[in-house]
Amino acid sequence: MKLKKNIIILIMISILVLSLGFGASAKAFRVAVIMPSSISDMAFSQSMYEALVTIQEEVGKENFEFVYSENMFVVADAAAAVRDYASEGYDLVIAHGSQYGSSLMEIAPDFPNTSFTWGTSVNTFSDQGITNIFAYEARSEEGGYVCGVLAAKLSQTGIIGVIGPIETGDAKLYVDGFKAGVLATKPDGQVNVNWTGSFSDVALASEAAQTHINVGADVLTGTAQMVVGAIGVARQRGVLWFGTQANQTSLAPEVVVANQVYDWTVVLRPMIQLIKEGKMGGTTYALTLANGGLKIVVNQEVLVEKTIQDIIEGKINIEL
Amino acid sequence: MEAIIIGIVKSAIRLATPYLYASIGETIGQLSGVLNLGVDGVMLMGAFSAFYTVLKTGNLWLGLLVAIVVGAIFGLLIAFINVTLKAEQGISGIGVYIFGLGLSSLLFRTMVGTVQTVSGFPPLSVPWLSTIPVMGKIFFQQNILVYGAFALVPVSWFVLNKTPLGLSIRAVGQHPEAADSLGVNIVRIRYFTVILGGILSGIAGASLSIALLNVFQQNLTNGMGFIAVALVYFGAWRPKTVLIGALLFSTVNAIQIWIQVKGINVPSDFTLMLPYIVTIVVLAAMAKRRIHPPTALNKPFERGE
Repeated sequence: MKLKKNIIILIMISILVLSLGFGASAKAFRVAVIMPSSISDMAFSQSMYEALVTIQEEVGKENFEFVYSENMFVVADAAAAVRDYASEGYDLVIAHGSQYGSSLMEIAPDFPNTSFTWGTSVNTFSDQGITNIFAYEARSEEGGYVCGVLAAKLSQTGIIGVIGPIETGDAKLYVDGFKAGVLATKPDGQVNVNWTGSFSDVALASEAAQTHINVGADVLTGTAQMVVGAIGVARQRGVLWFGTQANQTSLAPEVVVANQVYDWTVVLRPMIQLIKEGKMGGTTYALTLANGGLKIVVNQEVLVEKTIQDIIEGKINIEL
Repeated sequence: MEAIIIGIVKSAIRLATPYLYASIGETIGQLSGVLNLGVDGVMLMGAFSAFYTVLKTGNLWLGLLVAIVVGAIFGLLIAFINVTLKAEQGISGIGVYIFGLGLSSLLFRTMVGTVQTVSGFPPLSVPWLSTIPVMGKIFFQQNILVYGAFALVPVSWFVLNKTPLGLSIRAVGQHPEAADSLGVNIVRIRYFTVILGGILSGIAGASLSIALLNVFQQNLTNGMGFIAVALVYFGAWRPKTVLIGALLFSTVNAIQIWIQVKGINVPSDFTLMLPYIVTIVVLAAMAKRRIHPPTALNKPFERGE
């Protein structure tokens, strides 16, 4: 009996030592991210996921590990996940959603050796003495303005439709910027905006697109993962589309003109550097056109290539 | 003015379609005494299977058939849990919902990956009827799954009220002991209604992914299944009233979109509430004529109790 007990203890100790050995050898920077929707939502969550993949490909898997929890739209679940990740010793826990702020405020003080970050927001809670929270935002009104300018120039009816989710955060910034861009280019242009009240109500977004087109819009834009419904309608009815948060060209290459793409690596890289140097929080970051965090990706196909190809193939008869 | 009304009513009809399929399916199940809160999960599985089939084969009817089969399988599962295992029906329904949501999302991620669109059922003009001014445009230029949803209402009304099968279903839900003593096979009826409910929920999902929206995304239904269950209560377990509820909710929804698009100066938060508020108000007004729920609803049947 005593021998058996000793053997078991010996095995357990060796397992412990071996696992410590594995743990100790990995000096990888470990990141965990909580997202409100799926990594393939062609919008908010996907942009963060892709940024992490990019960084990992640059520095190698042995130096950078990340895990993710998606579809965490229930804030209580997300808070539990944040706590779990922090207690598992991740270096940086990203709560990618403006709804997660109050949870972070409660959790961060319990884990002083873990760095937390959230967005889109500018609040690092430093006024409450918390030093291990970073914040990030996207100045999406900048790309929105660019898209608005383009939209105004391309619209023939002068009526442009915007399908928004909830009037908050980077959605509101984008819509306001877009509207400003349209009206600056075409002061008598009409921008109709509707809010669906949800980031994921695809059916409502689809019907909203139909309604916009029914009142005369020939260019549409919108934000959040529900816009796949609207893009489908735009494609079906031949109405131009401007995307944001991610490159939505693949959904409707015939009608997507341009997309504002978020590149979160511009925010993540300096943040990770600071954490490695020992500063765990307190700074706010932003994606802007200036720092390359926001990029405008134009779909050459719609504007130029297709017309060229149609002429070459004789599909267009140019009347002289 | 005419164009506005046509646009709004057309939107309402499209919005109402998935609710109709799912709600009538749930009505039939509840009339036989089984509560199924997992409708949304089955809708998602139906939506995904139809979408994937069409994505890979381009065959819309095959996609619809696959959604029907998947809906039937889930119906079988729900029936087994609720009728044979006699589980607590409200809880098991939520379990099925979470299962359907998770499985459809997982399958989508591993088998499809990125969001993409398919070419779904096109609008189908009914000959001659679609040429009627105004009404023709609104009602008779929809796609076939929309027609199916509305045709389902008189068909289900007829079966439930005018056939022996319908009588058995309602008897099983009201007085299972009496029905049992007269030789009606309670288990078989309940399995039948729940599987039929699953099939209809599967078709509801397919109507979204291969007819109305032509796309699949995780959590595509966004809680529609639960609204469909609520509509059963609104409809007092009668197909005709369920239709009224679905149309009321969807029409107000279509109107609130239009209000926002036209820039009418009402806060969007208020207009978004309208469909729900109006439905509740109408429900309260109808309360005097309330029909009671099937007596045996949510009570598993044990012979001899």
